[in-house]
Amino acid sequence: MGNGILVLCEHEAGQFKKTAFELLSKARELAAELGGPVHALVLGDAPAAELGAWGAARVYQATGLPFENTGPKVRALQAAVAAAAPAVVLAPASLGAKDAFPRLAARLGLGMASEATDLRVEGGALVARRPMYAGKAFADVRVKSDPALVTVRPNSFPVPAKGEGSAEVVPLAVELQDGDLAAKVVERQAASSNVVDLTEADRIVSGGRALKSKENFDKVIRPLAAVLGATPGASRAAVDAGYAPHSEQVGQTGKVVNPSLYIACGISGAIQHLAGMRTSRIIVAINTDPEAPIFQHATYGIVGDLFEVCPALTEALGSAMK
Amino acid sequence: MKVGVCLKQVPATDSRIQVKDPAAGVDTSDVKWEINPYDEFALEEALKLKDDKKASEVVIFTFGDKAAEAKIRDGLARGADRAVRIDDPALQGSDALGIARALAAAAKKEGVDILFCGKQAVDDDQAQVPAMVAELLGWPQVLAVDHIDYGDGSLRARRPAGGGATEVVEAPLPVVISCDKGLNEPRYASLRGIMMAKKKKIAVLGVGDLGLDPSQVGAAAAMVAESNWSEPPPRPPGRILEGDTPQVVAELVRLLREEAKVI
Ligand SMILES: Cc1cc2nc3c(=O)[nH]c(=O)nc-3n(C[C@H](O)[C@H](O)[C@H](O)COP(=O)(O)OP(=O)(O)OC[C@H]3O[C@@H](n4cnc5c(N)ncnc54)[C@H](O)[C@@H]3O)c2cc1C
Ligand SMILES: Nc1ncnc2c1ncn2[C@@H]1O[C@H](COP(=O)(O)O)[C@@H](O)[C@H]1O
Repeated sequence: MGNGILVLCEHEAGQFKKTAFELLSKARELAAELGGPVHALVLGDAPAAELGAWGAARVYQATGLPFENTGPKVRALQAAVAAAAPAVVLAPASLGAKDAFPRLAARLGLGMASEATDLRVEGGALVARRPMYAGKAFADVRVKSDPALVTVRPNSFPVPAKGEGSAEVVPLAVELQDGDLAAKVVERQAASSNVVDLTEADRIVSGGRALKSKENFDKVIRPLAAVLGATPGASRAAVDAGYAPHSEQVGQTGKVVNPSLYIACGISGAIQHLAGMRTSRIIVAINTDPEAPIFQHATYGIVGDLFEVCPALTEALGSAMK
Repeated sequence: MKVGVCLKQVPATDSRIQVKDPAAGVDTSDVKWEINPYDEFALEEALKLKDDKKASEVVIFTFGDKAAEAKIRDGLARGADRAVRIDDPALQGSDALGIARALAAAAKKEGVDILFCGKQAVDDDQAQVPAMVAELLGWPQVLAVDHIDYGDGSLRARRPAGGGATEVVEAPLPVVISCDKGLNEPRYASLRGIMMAKKKKIAVLGVGDLGLDPSQVGAAAAMVAESNWSEPPPRPPGRILEGDTPQVVAELVRLLREEAKVI
């Protein structure tokens, strides 16, 4: 029987992502009930020892391999599972974990729960609560395998302040096998801006069809997002009309987001849009139509013309956030 | 080259999903069924390869009961050549890995060179099956792609890599690809296509036909179990702010700061 929790801690060029701290802190809380240690797995060069300050007792660190590719990632996870023998492996529901976790599950014959939004311990076992049917239903998921694999939607748990302590860092030997690099990343195009990805963003400002043009979208939505340090998002109608790129679409066929603050400007609140953002903690709706469905989900609503409200809000926030 | 498409039937995205019994899961008696939206991109990509004479045959794979044949027919009407439906009492209650084992066995039996899947099925929202199938077959995978260039015995697929970044992955065939929105514009079935689809074959395969180990599929092998279903908790009623623009904006900023504490 495995023991404790292993957390895949992701970083971007050596800087740990917020999800690393979020999951380690939650793992520490769960491990208090579940028993066993909290261990971390770090792929590539990053200051692994500092994860001790968020609850990792030991960090397995694998370096020197092209971990941007799925094959090496799965191989490292496999080695870490063998070394740490955990009862649970947690990862953020990131692109990389979505590539690697199901492959690991198939390789080792394990069960997996995707995109949990809450975790708890019941009867000595982990229970993952997760949305399904685009958030129209929730269920508890129990994974019987040893270990259980679970990915967690970013921003599901608060990130406490950095604590004390430093973790023991154990180098993890990973040996690639034939075929591990069959699929290879051959080109990377960096984002034109350095905003946080929608799926990880803590604040989002989205624009809809009401924007009427890309120029307006750039003039009204992006500055409001910028002043909040938020990531811009869009409805499918806005994306299909070319006001924003597809990478910014929120909803059932776009990104599923989970921010603290979601501001919807000129978005009606169609069921497929709600599918992508309904778990946002605070929702603000700005819409001329008081009957728009989005108001039924909004924490705060402003019935008004976004071309008037958004610039005023940008200005007010500009002074308030200084 | 032969290409496969994994096609799942799911409730239409605008369906109302009800949970009447926390133990039984969602009540789907009333929903309208559609092809999983991401599987439409998968099917379209396969059909385009056939239009371009790069693929000789397009085979649909569905793990599901007889009711799924309606949407398989829709796929055949759009231009797929035939279909394999995987159905067997021994497969009931399979989890994602069980489903993947069955689909992998079928893809292997058919000898496809590319297996197109959707990025995720919008009912269980797991995004697990394609990578599991790839692993079981020992094939590479490229997931959630929105553009593909086909080479000789290989392909290059582009995918969004977060925050507006993209990456291009090169992989040899055979390969599993999962498809994101933006890859193509799915076609509709023509009247002629609908007529022709009636004559196309849907083979039904079970555990024995696929050479599956019955202890590795079905409810007994499932390691993932759902319970305690509910609809999302209702949101507390929101507040509409009243007044002229400067007033409501000032009030919103105050509320975001003092009440919601998000700025
Ligand atoms: C299979 C499928 C998948 C889908 N996936 C997605 C998805 O991922 N994401 C998504 O968003 N949609 C998705 N949709 C589309 C969805 O059904 C809606 O069509 C879409 O969300 C509408 O976008 P919208 O709210 O911007 O436009 P509309 O519904 O046209 O709403 C525009 C709103 O702007 C308001 N308005 C107009 N002028 C102003 C103004 N000056 N100031 C303020 N408000 C104004 C109007 O009152 C209206 O409420 C999907 C649909 C299908 C069938
Ligand atoms: N029962 C099924 N039959 C056919 N294909 C499936 C089935 N389940 C999943 N798939 C394929 O795998 C993709 C991802 O599904 P999932 O992992 O369930 O989110 C889908 O878009 C389909 O292409």
